[in-house]
Amino acid sequence: MTTTDVTGGTGKSVPTGGANPVDVPLDAIEAETEGVTRGTLVLRRFLRNKLALTGLVVLALLYAVSLTSPLFAPWAYDEYDYLSFLQPPSASHWFGTTQIGEDVFAQTMRGLQRSLTIGLLTAAISIVIASVVGACAGYFGGWVDRGLMWIVDLLLVLPSFLIIAVISPALRGSSWILFVLLLGLFAWMITARILRGMTLTLREREFVKAARFMGAPSGLIIRRHILPNMASLMIIDVTITVGSTILLETGLSYFGFGVQPPDVSLGTLIRDGSTAALTTPWLFLFAGGLLVVSVLAVNFIGDGLRDALDPNARRGRNVREDEDPEVEVERA
Amino acid sequence: MTAYEAESDVLADPGRAGEPAAPLLEVADLEVSFPSEDGRVRAVRGLSYRVSPGEVLGIVGESGSGKSVSSLAVMGLLPPSARIGGSIRLRGQELLGLSDTELSRIRGRRVAMVFQDPLSALTPVYTVGDQIAEALLVHGGRSTTASTARNRAVELLDLVGIPNAAERVKAFPHEFSGGMRQRAVIAMAIANDPDLIIADEPTTALDVTVQAQVLEVLKTAQEVTGAGIVLITHDLGVVAGTADRVIVMYAGKAVETGTVDEIFATPRMPYTLGLLGSIPRLDVGRGQPLVPIEGQPPSLVALPPGCPFGPRCPLHEPACDAAEPELLPAPGAAPDHRAACIRTGELAAADAEGGELAAELFDAHVVEAEPVDSATRIDREVVLGVDRLVKHYPVRAGGIFRRQVGAVQAVDGVTFDVRAGETLGLVGESGCGKSTTIMEIMGLEPPTGGSIQVLGSQVEGLSRADRKRIRRDLQIVFQDPMASLDPRLPVRDLIAEPMEVQGFDKAHITRRVPELMKLVGLRSEQINRYPGEFSGGQRQRICIARALALEPKVLVLDEPVSALDVSIQAGVLNLLDELKARLGLAYLFVAHDLSVVRHIADRVAVMYLGKIVEIGGVEEVFAAPQHPYTQALLSAIPVPDPEVERRRERILLTGDLPSPANPPSGCRFRTRCQLFATLGADQQQRCIDVEPPRESALPAEPDAPVGAHLPDHDVACHWARIRTVV
Ligand SMILES: Nc1ncnc2c1ncn2[C@@H]1O[C@H](COP(=O)(O)OP(=O)(O)O)[C@@H](O)[C@H]1O
Ligand code: SF4
Ligand code: SF4
Ligand SMILES: [Mg+2]
Repeated sequence: MTTTDVTGGTGKSVPTGGANPVDVPLDAIEAETEGVTRGTLVLRRFLRNKLALTGLVVLALLYAVSLTSPLFAPWAYDEYDYLSFLQPPSASHWFGTTQIGEDVFAQTMRGLQRSLTIGLLTAAISIVIASVVGACAGYFGGWVDRGLMWIVDLLLVLPSFLIIAVISPALRGSSWILFVLLLGLFAWMITARILRGMTLTLREREFVKAARFMGAPSGLIIRRHILPNMASLMIIDVTITVGSTILLETGLSYFGFGVQPPDVSLGTLIRDGSTAALTTPWLFLFAGGLLVVSVLAVNFIGDGLRDALDPNARRGRNVREDEDPEVEVERA
Repeated sequence: MTAYEAESDVLADPGRAGEPAAPLLEVADLEVSFPSEDGRVRAVRGLSYRVSPGEVLGIVGESGSGKSVSSLAVMGLLPPSARIGGSIRLRGQELLGLSDTELSRIRGRRVAMVFQDPLSALTPVYTVGDQIAEALLVHGGRSTTASTARNRAVELLDLVGIPNAAERVKAFPHEFSGGMRQRAVIAMAIANDPDLIIADEPTTALDVTVQAQVLEVLKTAQEVTGAGIVLITHDLGVVAGTADRVIVMYAGKAVETGTVDEIFATPRMPYTLGLLGSIPRLDVGRGQPLVPIEGQPPSLVALPPGCPFGPRCPLHEPACDAAEPELLPAPGAAPDHRAACIRTGELAAADAEGGELAAELFDAHVVEAEPVDSATRIDREVVLGVDRLVKHYPVRAGGIFRRQVGAVQAVDGVTFDVRAGETLGLVGESGCGKSTTIMEIMGLEPPTGGSIQVLGSQVEGLSRADRKRIRRDLQIVFQDPMASLDPRLPVRDLIAEPMEVQGFDKAHITRRVPELMKLVGLRSEQINRYPGEFSGGQRQRICIARALALEPKVLVLDEPVSALDVSIQAGVLNLLDELKARLGLAYLFVAHDLSVVRHIADRVAVMYLGKIVEIGGVEEVFAAPQHPYTQALLSAIPVPDPEVERRRERILLTGDLPSPANPPSGCRFRTRCQLFATLGADQQQRCIDVEPPRESALPAEPDAPVGAHLPDHDVACHWARIRTVV
């Protein structure tokens, strides 16, 4: 059974499945007559995409560095250096310091870690809920559909910003994970509606009927035929959600919800630093740069995954056309 | 220009010898290319032809051979990105290079076009009458007033055989059926008495009965207007009955031209031969070997030198690759018969002709199969039995309570059985309930009425486990292979799916998938490809491999070849024939093409509006059809032989299938029955009042004993009588 986890959709969950080693040399693949499952094929196609791989490596590195930085950085994010206020980058403060002597490097790393986690986790939660709700509503129809869509409509008319604002004070002091959950809980409805619509059309397609006539259970049909055929949209949605959540979190922090001082996120750093962007650029440039880099990385991974999943994408295919002239004819 | 000079001499219509008909349309050295990602697509590469007034020129070829592009060039309807060369003259006036305004004046008045999809030619928001009237007003000059245009529109609709024209003129396009729309488009096309009508696959999207009507209308239109017609089609059968001359196109070029008789009787190019041999013929049946043309047409981006048909040609020899053969007079044939092949001489010298030669050349064989013995039929196991099956879809009125106001009687009391090892062909026009019947069978749910029996078990009261078990033995192949394969799954996963669902272990699946691919004629290197990388015929093979994965006993085939080109269709039909013989499968074969059914089926059931009107052995039913509807269906199928076509009398059905929500009383066929019209009043009354029961047919031999009945041939008509139509 393929285990194409597009539902995970955080951009870093690479489909797995099949036992074949993935580091087969490219030219060895062509002659193969042994079938491999979709999971393996998709992984191969993904690994062939240099840009996507770069994105994956960059994202992993950012995460690793931000997580391990307390081990090697000279300052912690909540420490104050009372001897240097608003200093540009130097040997002891790699990214400089703030007005009150905080180390910008330590803060940026802390913020990066927070923001990435919030962005990726929210996107993951939202796409999982959206795809489960959308696909089930569309596929099963009837009262399942009506019930789920009623919930979606209800959540859509509730002003999510306001609700988060109202609930946040109650959560103050408790884990920030709760905050992520809250964000995810309000981010999935529109996607779910779109996915439901797509499922309605997919459900009537003959290949789904064919699977039903084979006796495939509904869960399997949704996993195997419905979700992969909506993967492009889901991936785009995830990449957008990652970026927008990081920014939304900033907005919330501004009003005093979300990540609260002394804790920091990229968003709060950028907000605080951008007021004096021209005179003390180090306060904001590093945070801003890292935000751009991480969103770009997520986008590249998303593109790569999309191409890998979509058999019609040009990228992801390799040179085998040259070796097999018939393919050329068939496609023409 | 020299090539063109030579061309125009011999292409002159020989039928009008003496008075050299001034050509109506002269196309010379037409070249059309499009930019594409991989380079320029040379869709048409030097095409020359001429059409005389009143002549019907048929252009045939596989899809992608450049038929449509060449005619769009004549109409001046190609996208701006197209590069066009050569010359197109209408009554001596050069059309290439004219401005769009000048062209559109010519388009509406002197050249008219009928497209495959009539909906695209009609504006949905105006009534059909308004659109015809507008065509008249725009091009008709000052003398036309709105009211004369209106009256003329009614006349035209009447001319193309739309019943109740005065009423229907106020209808919107969506209120018309496909065939009526196409007729309305033809009415619009002939509104301004054009000199030339170009019809691009005008009947491809239609049912055979409607196709016959539309071709007839086209003929009438031509007689009325005296226009020349360019009839583009991929179906040689259509050409045989309608065209005077034929051009066979391949890879953007004419590869054979000649009169329709010459082309069909003595084709001189292997491709034409193959095309001819690939069509199952209504008048031959089982014993006919079908010629598949292996492979696909070449890419038009970078054609290698040499004969473009080379890779698929059985006569290919090294000399063929030297240069592309020119279209030269074929040896030993009429002077205007030309073929582009260096080995035409050998074809001329062969002692066989036509289909026989094609079979020999392409090495096609009849699949040896035990003939199904109708005498022992009763002894064989019933693998699929349907008894008085009923399926009604409720029709609800709008509003909150969605009151049920009626029912679409999609299937209304259908009874048939399929026994081990035999093929039952289920035929009928679209909308008659064929697909509903098989969906009911495949669903394995208790039907609205009647019963379904699969492999000895009644569908009612099946447990989940039973159903799963039965699904192993009952598999389906759909009509459109692209739609029935998940585009995002590679071939391995597609074929493995039924085995995974049934819980086979991985080792078994890994072994079995390549086996299955081999069985259906796919290469195992293709195992990791996606369906999008295969051609239509190959995709259908994947579907068949998937259906065979569990070694089923019954295969339900829902129009498995109707989405394929004829040359490809032949290969799939041969495969089905062979699999049946080898694996002892039973098929329920749904089709609207009776010639395909004749080729593959042992028995045939003809459906009309949710009921079976005639059922029996293929030989009996086709040789001596007794129900008027069967006769009409059979007579609507074109035979790819101009001589036969000319001799045949056509039974033309009037009108369209009535709505199954409100079927006629008594005999459902009576509104269109050609026999009904000839009956006396009291006989007609019986048709109107009493639904004809399904009874054993009377024997065909006139000297048969009185009261004798055929054991295995039922017909549902009060006044059934034999009429040979093939
Ligand atoms: N607008 C277009 N742009 C690019 N290529 C085209 C266009 N229209 C047709 N073609 C190409 O031209 C070739 C001939 O097409 P067509 O005339 O439609 O074939 P046919 O009618 O014989 O099926 C095909 O390869 C097709 O893909
Ligand atoms: S020229 Fe050669 S390859 Fe082409 S059709 Fe004739 S025999 Fe076949
Ligand atoms: S019963 Fe009457 S109307 Fe029906 S098919 Fe026979 S002759 Fe025609
Ligand atoms: Mg076409």
